[in-house]
Amino acid sequence: MIPIHAPCLEIAVLVLGVAILLFETFVEKIDKKNIAYAGIAGLAIVFIASFFLSPPSGADPATGFWNFYAADALSIFFKRFTLVTTIIVLVMMIDYAPEMTKADEWANANIGEFFSLPLLTCAGLMYLVSAIDFIFIFVSLELVTISFFVLVSFPRRNPIALEAGVKYLILGALSTAFLVYGITWIFGVTGDTNLERITAAFATGKIDSYGATFGAVLVLVGLGFKIAAVPFQIWVPDVYQGAPTPVTAFLSVGSKAAGFVVLLRVLQPFLMLPNMQRLLGLIALLTVAYGNLAALPQNNLKRLLGYSSIAHSGYLLIGVACFDGPAVTFYLAAYLLMTLLSFAILIIVAQQTSEEISSFDGLAKRAPFLAFAMLVAMASLAGLPLTAGFLGKFYVFYGAVAHQQTALVAVGILTVACGFYYYLKVVAAMYWQPSTNNQPITVSRLSRAMVILLIAATILFGVYPQPILNAMKRPHANLALRSISAR
Amino acid sequence: MLLFLVLCPIIAAILIIAGAPARFIALLAAVANLFGALVLLICFDRITAGFQFVSSFVVSTDWRIHFAFGVDGLSLLLVLLATIVTFAAVWFAGKIDNYERAFYACLLFISGGAIGAFASIDLFFFYAFHELALIPTFLLIGIWGTGNRVAAAWKITIYLTLGSFVVLIGLIFLYQSLPSSARTFDIRELQAAMSTYVLEATTQRHIYLVLLIGFGVLISLFPFHSWAPDAYASAPAPAAMLHAGVLKKFGLYGLLRLAIPMLPDGAHFWMYLLAVLLLGNIIYIGLVTIAQRQLDWMLGYSSVMHMGYIFLGIASGNILGTTGAAALIFAHGLSIALLFAIAGQIRKRTGTLAFAELGGLAKVMPFAGLAFGFATFAAIGLPGFANFASEIMIFFGAIRNGWSMERFHIFQIATVLALWGIVISTVYMLRAYRSTFMGALSKRWAKLVDLGDGLKIPIVLLIASLLWFGFFPQTFVRMVEPTFRSYFTAGK
Repeated sequence: MIPIHAPCLEIAVLVLGVAILLFETFVEKIDKKNIAYAGIAGLAIVFIASFFLSPPSGADPATGFWNFYAADALSIFFKRFTLVTTIIVLVMMIDYAPEMTKADEWANANIGEFFSLPLLTCAGLMYLVSAIDFIFIFVSLELVTISFFVLVSFPRRNPIALEAGVKYLILGALSTAFLVYGITWIFGVTGDTNLERITAAFATGKIDSYGATFGAVLVLVGLGFKIAAVPFQIWVPDVYQGAPTPVTAFLSVGSKAAGFVVLLRVLQPFLMLPNMQRLLGLIALLTVAYGNLAALPQNNLKRLLGYSSIAHSGYLLIGVACFDGPAVTFYLAAYLLMTLLSFAILIIVAQQTSEEISSFDGLAKRAPFLAFAMLVAMASLAGLPLTAGFLGKFYVFYGAVAHQQTALVAVGILTVACGFYYYLKVVAAMYWQPSTNNQPITVSRLSRAMVILLIAATILFGVYPQPILNAMKRPHANLALRSISAR
Repeated sequence: MLLFLVLCPIIAAILIIAGAPARFIALLAAVANLFGALVLLICFDRITAGFQFVSSFVVSTDWRIHFAFGVDGLSLLLVLLATIVTFAAVWFAGKIDNYERAFYACLLFISGGAIGAFASIDLFFFYAFHELALIPTFLLIGIWGTGNRVAAAWKITIYLTLGSFVVLIGLIFLYQSLPSSARTFDIRELQAAMSTYVLEATTQRHIYLVLLIGFGVLISLFPFHSWAPDAYASAPAPAAMLHAGVLKKFGLYGLLRLAIPMLPDGAHFWMYLLAVLLLGNIIYIGLVTIAQRQLDWMLGYSSVMHMGYIFLGIASGNILGTTGAAALIFAHGLSIALLFAIAGQIRKRTGTLAFAELGGLAKVMPFAGLAFGFATFAAIGLPGFANFASEIMIFFGAIRNGWSMERFHIFQIATVLALWGIVISTVYMLRAYRSTFMGALSKRWAKLVDLGDGLKIPIVLLIASLLWFGFFPQTFVRMVEPTFRSYFTAGK
């Protein structure tokens, strides 16, 4: 058997993406849906292949293949994570495409691009989670961001999508500028861009601490935009609401997860700088409070999910502020399941009506299966036990209590209660309100299978989390991943 | 066997959602569970204090979480209570017009959650099963409730969420207070570890306070009680029966199971606070109850008030008091379920529960009147009923409390004041009885029908259990006592 090395995965995804894009350009008379199916099948093969990786020969997995690419447990876990996300997003896109192309000739003609760009984004995200060098972080981040620019404003006849695209473009460029500026400062202080060597340089203590802190803060600002941390969250609600729903889902799961992985990696050197933990704690506090409070009055489900994604960034940041790599990883895995589930249902239901919460009125009568799926998603997002979302919160709060972050714990609990209000608002609409519309909702077989799988996984990992915990450990232990029992 | 008791309602609920005949499956599951609990009661070995019928499956080796069940006398009593009340509640539910499947599924989820919480010997599932009931309660009140159902549903949900997350933090505190090699979610091991590594008094105080507030919210302890009357007044009768009778007891069970044996110094330190708060429950809420003008609101407030006695037993810190508290949990669960059941039947027939509009109903509904009378006497605590047996244990336990204090200390004063609570509850209970069943019958109600023969079965079952416990309290006390004996002798 040919040994499969970790970098082959990204190469395979890139080749697949480019091939599909070219194929789409030259072959006109096919059903464009087949492009999406081909993408799904290709990614599924890569996902399966990721379980048969041969261990890197000789090289230390933490320092990586070429000094800028790591294939440690963290990155392998998140490569799979990204692949799953992209597959699910492609399934959602198939459901969403008819609505987008209904009124838009241009989008109809070019829908093939809409199906193939996520593959390139996926490759970028996969590189990003492996990047251990600032230059490589920057390059892969650009690959991700640029393909997102196109995806967000894809329905370009739609002014709301256009507005979202412009906002994302300008703020994305701004955040990149911050990131690069921060990288130059750190390079200036340490003379290096490799995280491993920067850590070593910081550890000697013979560096300009002010310059390093300034650079680190700039890098955090740049990443703060990506993960939607307060005060860099302003773009989130508008962009989330304006973008095509599958792209919103992709942004809120894939892009955010990669941002957190990069954050975990760059924190290793930064933690040696003074006051960094306090700063992160403060950002986490503001983010949970803002996200949850601002979500309370929302009536548009897509916008609500936008605010809720800020809130979840806050909980993740609590984990980051306590340097709790496994908690962040687990939370992200749970977040993937429940967020994608809720977006999938939103797309299916909104085909007929709108994205307002009121369009979910009486869904329990109209489509009991979809209503139940949404119930599970909302329960998990709110953090109800026996769902994956609860274990994520449990893990994060566990770390916060262990680090005696009393303020974070107190605010965390209060905001969880807020969360119950706005998530259950959706449940109340589905079950309490009478239905105004009795049209049955059709669900394609592929989406139905996906929804069932997501429900099953949300509940299964809420009761039996060990598979995810194991996946984070194998194949090689990493510095960022400490086991809970070791503490 | 225990696993069957926990999973039976949950599987039945899933079957009902999937399309099985709702009422039939729900009743079948409830009857099966009741028999299961009785079998456990017969097979239970009353001499030993430890957990029996233990079954355990590993869930997470990293976090040392087990899907583990087992009962000792205390939890068996509560499981028995849960199965009896579930049976009555499902029987009383009758035909539902709107979303019948969802209604029965919700009831069974609450029941399964409560039984699971009582039977778990792993802290994680102990907590998780209780939360299983949250969304069903939200739906039950929101869809089938009466009155101001929307506000009541939101209030109970947000309140209970906050309370349970405070409990979660308390449990994490408790877990982390041990050295990392000894950390475990298994209640048995946790307790053994707590007696090996005795926690510092200050740590115990912190954890106890967090747990007291968290559980206190769930139990409707005095300043955190305001969710309860609203919710019980608006909830459909079976939901109120299950919630007030069974689910609310989760917090009390948590305090008895965790706080009493593991945090004795914390319990001692916060005893004064608890004594004051429980008097708030008994005296203040008691007076508020007297002022109510509707039967459902009065029952809601009375169930808050009676929590005060149970807290008195928990605070007393000796075997007699805590045993009495456990017994009163059982007795109160049965009597409040009976009261809510009959109130629900009256509302079904008349559409109102305002005292001003009712009256003389005993003429047309003699059986309901008789049953309600029994329930009233039980709730007041007349001899012959389970409530009397338990309350007297609590009062004796509290006056000779386990903290070795001199005479006329706060505890004696609290006990004396709490005794006046009996007078208060006599006043409101008898008033309610008079204005509902006695007096002149209004012409509007002349054609009401009494409870059918079918409905007599669960009522007789509830009254019979109350009387059995009242006349032969030893059958249950002997079951519970070894647990508390082991708690209070282990430390000394």
